[in-house]
Amino acid sequence: MEKTVNQKAWFLILPVLILVAFSAVIPLMTVVNYSVQDTFGQNKFFWVGLEWFAEMLASDRMWDALGRQLMFSAIILAIQVPLGVFVALNMPKSGFWSSFCLVMMSLPLLIPWNVVGTIWQIFGRVDIGLLGYTLDALGISYNYTQNTFAAWATIIVMDVWHWTSLVALLAFAGLKSIPDAYYQAAKIDQASRWAIFRYIELPKMMGVLMIAILLRFMDSFMIYTEPFVVTGGGPGNATTLLSIDLVKMALGQFDLGPAAAFSIMYYLVILLISWVFYTVMTNLDNKGG
Amino acid sequence: MDWMAWTWPTAIFFIVIASILVTFTILAIKFPEAPRVGILRIETTRGDRLFITLLGSAFINLAWLGVVGANQPFALVVCLVYAAAVFRWV
Repeated sequence: MEKTVNQKAWFLILPVLILVAFSAVIPLMTVVNYSVQDTFGQNKFFWVGLEWFAEMLASDRMWDALGRQLMFSAIILAIQVPLGVFVALNMPKSGFWSSFCLVMMSLPLLIPWNVVGTIWQIFGRVDIGLLGYTLDALGISYNYTQNTFAAWATIIVMDVWHWTSLVALLAFAGLKSIPDAYYQAAKIDQASRWAIFRYIELPKMMGVLMIAILLRFMDSFMIYTEPFVVTGGGPGNATTLLSIDLVKMALGQFDLGPAAAFSIMYYLVILLISWVFYTVMTNLDNKGG
Repeated sequence: MDWMAWTWPTAIFFIVIASILVTFTILAIKFPEAPRVGILRIETTRGDRLFITLLGSAFINLAWLGVVGANQPFALVVCLVYAAAVFRWV
């Protein structure tokens, strides 16, 4: 059968294009425009060329924040992905308890970011928080406002608490889509539990798992609210991740030019990594993974 | 140009990118092509190669600025070589 070609259908996406232009393209162009100028307020701008980019590339501040950000994303991915898969593998496959688990696990996903931050901020306090008080009573020195390790541990545990269920839910959806015949065949071959996981479950989950990794990477790489509410980027600059540093620069110090240059580089890194993930994902699909 | 403090260099930058996009759209309509597999072992179309070129060029320019720090226009020459390589081999 011949396909009907109707180019007029393109007009139907016009509203979306206009919306995206105003919500994404034009603001992005403005950022590029600000990154090559300096301002002293009163809407007066001066051309400075690539000075801000050179300054940012030479500043330890941005490289340190980038290092912390990469470390944060790497740690949470290394914890959340295996943990999410482990949870999904051990969840009841059907019946009441399956639905119960699904509902319980979706609860953290429904909580707004700043509320999650506030919950953990109070939870970790030594004077009134359950976690902080308990650790203190056990004789473990824990103070996320003074100790770098405690601050990092808090924001990582918080992120794991908030988002592991997303990975688990996606992995569970992947597992549910595997037909029983595969497991029956494995049983006939007397395959071990590990072999079933390695050669049946993991390849079948790969597609959704890549989506989970991409989503978790993007979210963690752009994280702002939760660590900001809990630690405010401290102690010192220990938990000042990229977006926290960017907001400090743009709104705290009102350095629009350097902040714009910083955002563009931040954006390019996100674009590059997302492209790599996307390419890997579509390649997996093409191979019929 | 006073609106949102636009400058000519940024305006030219965006006009160039917009015209490249329009050119490639017209090319894609006039001469549709099949995806091919290059040295990256991934399927790419002309549009994909343009994306790789533009993204890579941004990083080449930043690297030049950070490492060399002078004669920025020469970075564009490197970008052109890179673009030719991407369109030939990727």
